[in-house]
Amino acid sequence: MEYLLAFAVGGLFCVIGQLLFDLTPWSPGHILTGFVVAGGILGGVGLYDRLIEFAGAGAALPISSFGNALVKGAMAEAAQNGIIGVLTGMFELTSAGITAAIIFGFFAAVIFNPRG
Amino acid sequence: MSAAKNGAHTFSIEKPVYLSFTGAIAGPKEGKGPLAPDYDVVKQDLKLGQKSFEKAERMMMKEACDLALSKGNYRPEDLDYFIAGDLLNQITVSGYSALNYPIPFLGIYGACANLTQSMGLGALLISGGYGERALLATSSHNCSAERQYRYPTEYGFQKPCHAQWTVTGAGAAVITADVPPVRITTVTLGELADLGMRDPACLGTAMAPAAAAAMVYHFEETGRDPSFYDAIVSGDLGQVGKELAIDLLFRRGYNVGDIYNDCGTMIYYPHQQVNSGGSGCAASALVVLGNLFRRLSQGEINRALVVATGAMHSPTACLQGDSIPALAYAVSLENETSQ
Repeated sequence: MEYLLAFAVGGLFCVIGQLLFDLTPWSPGHILTGFVVAGGILGGVGLYDRLIEFAGAGAALPISSFGNALVKGAMAEAAQNGIIGVLTGMFELTSAGITAAIIFGFFAAVIFNPRG
Repeated sequence: MSAAKNGAHTFSIEKPVYLSFTGAIAGPKEGKGPLAPDYDVVKQDLKLGQKSFEKAERMMMKEACDLALSKGNYRPEDLDYFIAGDLLNQITVSGYSALNYPIPFLGIYGACANLTQSMGLGALLISGGYGERALLATSSHNCSAERQYRYPTEYGFQKPCHAQWTVTGAGAAVITADVPPVRITTVTLGELADLGMRDPACLGTAMAPAAAAAMVYHFEETGRDPSFYDAIVSGDLGQVGKELAIDLLFRRGYNVGDIYNDCGTMIYYPHQQVNSGGSGCAASALVVLGNLFRRLSQGEINRALVVATGAMHSPTACLQGDSIPALAYAVSLENETSQ
């Protein structure tokens, strides 16, 4: 049941993305940032965590989860250190993902050549 | 006056100018298409052993030029002009290719209409008595064009079904005042048309009105009818743009019927997964300088109208909210011996 829920909710995210891609003139960049912002807003009002509780990886894996993590990190740090925490905490929870993307991107660029 | 103007857009090339020798270099995917037997060389490697796709494209253009020159036994110095254009910023491919030929260079940009733009310009120059021979060239490369205009292919961008596939290849031609039989008889220079299209994946739709307009100007100003031709080809409208062009022509009272086709739809088999069809300068260059030129010179067909189409697509202007204007130039080619 857990797996099925994750599949269904994660799949629903993809369906929304595909529909936006097919039916609107937005570029992939627009849609990607749209998902991040939407995840951030849902996280800000506390809904995204409940979605993760409900669907597990189905909600934690899509890019909207990144927006949620940005907002949650900023809010947690702001609660401790005041308004400056918004700036210092933004990448608190996401630093592993961002750093991994940079490091793996770097090594892939060093090792491989584009083949078309 | 040796080149007479008919109406606002069309010139009759009265002092003969011939499309005399051609070179057509195709990429690996194009080499598996239905017109493959008509290409001079088919490359098996997208990079041609070079460090980048851009350098590979340069190499293809040079090879096409050298081939066209060698077929006529010309040295570069025998030519009066090198007229070339491509899709990369600052027409890099053409500029660097021109370094190989110590003759006057005219860099042009008509996007994918480069073939007929260079042919028209060259024919007007030679017919006007300003020179005897010109070398023309154009090229496109799937990977260099996709990177510049849309996304690098490694990004894995999902293409909508109306999108097109940039053709990898290069075409070159030597036009002369004295080597028959394929004569350039008229040149119709179209004007820019902007119908407010903003989708960079849908250039066929943006270009179709320009193609139809150039054909209508050509028919009206020459008094010819579509049935005058054995073949009419547009540049790279793809399946979607081709249907739109047929419809637009029909509304203006021209039924182009079975003689009309689009280079973008001729160059690949349907199973090659190119969505709406091929695009890029090399689409019209490979079809016209390979297939159509052979059929014209062998007398298999005697009269052809080539309407290469170009979208003046700038990724920067697009991101800033501008729409994509388009243009088309028509050139008629006729086998002189059949008349």
